[in-house]
Amino acid sequence: MQLSSLRIDWTRNETLVPLVIIAFCALAAFSDPSFLSIPTLTDLLRGSIVLGIFAVAAMLVLISGGIDVSFTAVAAFTMYSTAMLLNTLAPDLPWYAAIGIGMAMGAALGSINGILIVGFGLPTLIVTLGTLSIFRGFMLTFIGQKQITTLPPGMREFGRMMMIRGTNPDGSFYSLPWAFAATVGVIVVTWFILHKTMLGRSIFAIGGSLESARRIGINVRATQFFIYVYVGALAGLAGIIHSSMARVANPFDLVGLELSVIAAVVLGGARLTGGHGTLTGTLLGVALIVLVRNSLVVIGVPATWQMVVIGLLILIGTGLPAWQAKRAAARAA
Amino acid sequence: MSVPLVALNGVTKTYSGITALDDVGFDIGRGEAVCLAGENGSGKSTLIKILAGVEKPDRGRIAFDGAQQSALNPRASAAAGIKVIFQDFSLFPNLSVAENIAFSAELGEGVTLFRKRHVRDIAARTLARIGVDMPLDAPVETLSVAHKQLVAICRALATDAKLIIMDEPTTALTEKEVRALLAIIRRLKADGVAVLFVSHKLAEVLEVCEKVVVLRNGRKVAEGMASEFDAAALTRHMTGRDVALRAPAALDASAPVLFEVASLSKAGAFDNVNFQLRRGEVLGISGLLGSGRTALAKALFGLVAPDSGTLTLGGLKVPLGDPLKAAAAGIGYVPEDRLTEGLFLLQSIGRNVAVGRVDAHSITGLLARAALWAESADWLNRLRVKASSIEAPVRSLSGGNQQRVVLARWLARGPQVLVLNGPSVGVDVGSKAEIHEIIADLSRQGLGVIVISDDLPELLSTCHRILVMRAGRITDDIPAGSTSETELAHRLAS
Repeated sequence: MQLSSLRIDWTRNETLVPLVIIAFCALAAFSDPSFLSIPTLTDLLRGSIVLGIFAVAAMLVLISGGIDVSFTAVAAFTMYSTAMLLNTLAPDLPWYAAIGIGMAMGAALGSINGILIVGFGLPTLIVTLGTLSIFRGFMLTFIGQKQITTLPPGMREFGRMMMIRGTNPDGSFYSLPWAFAATVGVIVVTWFILHKTMLGRSIFAIGGSLESARRIGINVRATQFFIYVYVGALAGLAGIIHSSMARVANPFDLVGLELSVIAAVVLGGARLTGGHGTLTGTLLGVALIVLVRNSLVVIGVPATWQMVVIGLLILIGTGLPAWQAKRAAARAA
Repeated sequence: MSVPLVALNGVTKTYSGITALDDVGFDIGRGEAVCLAGENGSGKSTLIKILAGVEKPDRGRIAFDGAQQSALNPRASAAAGIKVIFQDFSLFPNLSVAENIAFSAELGEGVTLFRKRHVRDIAARTLARIGVDMPLDAPVETLSVAHKQLVAICRALATDAKLIIMDEPTTALTEKEVRALLAIIRRLKADGVAVLFVSHKLAEVLEVCEKVVVLRNGRKVAEGMASEFDAAALTRHMTGRDVALRAPAALDASAPVLFEVASLSKAGAFDNVNFQLRRGEVLGISGLLGSGRTALAKALFGLVAPDSGTLTLGGLKVPLGDPLKAAAAGIGYVPEDRLTEGLFLLQSIGRNVAVGRVDAHSITGLLARAALWAESADWLNRLRVKASSIEAPVRSLSGGNQQRVVLARWLARGPQVLVLNGPSVGVDVGSKAEIHEIIADLSRQGLGVIVISDDLPELLSTCHRILVMRAGRITDDIPAGSTSETELAHRLAS
């Protein structure tokens, strides 16, 4: 390894975001010494489960040079339909069957995106904006609008499976569900695809230059189709996990979260123009957003300020590197 | 004689009634370098596409290694070892050098898993084959144009290329980089790889190729050993007429000073630059890459902010570091890289010209569209832009015509000083002569023109005076009539 690659590069989000996270934690620990504790950590990890899966999915699409805003609708559709399906048809199916059905349903919805994008060559933002609305509207019109408060036993069981469970000195509980392992699994599988398979390298290549990818004979259509199906399956998984953990399937949940997720991914250094994005950066971005959402109150900032802070973080976190890069370019000219 | 690597016979191709190629035939031998010369629109691109299997000829026979190819497609063509390096290189800017080189080879092997070590091995071996050292992990977007081109060449080699077709490989390179490229082409030839070299720059063509094929209007008008051609003969074949290199008309000795640059400096780019430009004068500025010529050109138009110094135009100070104010003061700038800096490629020709005059035609706050449009059309007409329609996208034009569109935009603003950075980069011989004609015309109308170029014959035939830059300083001030190309080259390099 060359020495230069060991030097800290201040223009990278992967350096800036951890610094902001550390500063934030220091501030929180200063205002409330009990901030630095295992319950805070498990809270944060629990908060990252669904957001983390979404972010990995959104990052994959960004790397390929597209953008997907429909994944929250896919997740909501999947969790609500799966819960209803299992309740009415097969309440006895185990939790892994519920996850399997959810992922298959998500993949099917993702393939609709894939067909529209690959088959008709439509822009990804327009297609997914459309399907976001269609999936959601279809669910609310034809499947139902009422919360399902009694989940099928399989999903209930999955929500109760805990990896870590403990009691604080003050008698309160903390826990981390096994669903967290699913997020870790998604990260590992996605890392493997992106960095260890030709499919993953093709995703980077397409994001770098679609035309070049076609010219050297990458199967662009198959690769893009795979991306949207895979993202659909991940969204389905996230949906099932969300409702299992919330112990309720609320059809109005999740939708609206898509921009926060894309914000987390962009904070992590992925570029909207495609070709760039790392899992490390994405997860740091998720950590920062979850930290702000969960713990802003600790340092004495009112909860209503959350959105403002997240907005500022996005502007500074993505603007600063861009501004520095521009200055460096101006100096070199 | 052995069977040629590629044999073309009577290849004809028409597009909606227009004949792009008419009965073209020639051979390419193993390890042979052939130059395909011709102006834009002569059918060179069509021929490349046919060889690459992208387009199918209407008539004619193509044989690879003696085997007739009846239905050529990109895959079959690539499998036969025919690799095209497009002008844009078709690389992946976000991926590493190693991955860019090995990607096609890996795809060809049909592997599922990405073998990083194997990829690095392929890349290192291929780079060694052309004798170039490059960091394997560097992202391609951080490389210079010349290095990107080498990566593209390596990518072709990594997939067992027998014939590498290079489309305009030298347009964006400096003289030194061209030398390095020619050395690599010689190496490839010695290695048994044939090269079909498509170029506008005539001197290079003669130096590296054994054989020259000249196309004009879709027909083969000349074919022969490179030694049988000289620059004048090639130009005559390509254009069908004599395009003479001659010095510009002498400058009126009493012409007043129009534009003055005084002690202009920018740390790390140029240092204490002083010169005057007279009315109607064409001033050349030349220098090798890194001499500061591009930074100086940009500074004149406010694209680069100098640290100190003054610009005076017609007695008034020009504000530094602000292109809008420089333009308002009467300076026009035509950038080196038209495609990325000078044109809105997808927009219409008319709009590309009109954009420079929107302010002048919207004094009332509303846009006087008809007047704006008429003015654009008038300038396009005056500069003889050949286009099917003013509504056609600029991208559909040839390089020479694109350059004219940029010129038309600036001339419509009525500038007093026009800075042209590499005015004929990427245009063919005929268009180049016409652009030089336009420059002469502008100078006759009293404009001061500054031409920044490393194309020495161009400078000698258009400029009254040539300034040579070295390491950020102006080291020579030579009247064009008193020097020769070799002497100028010597002064640039020494």
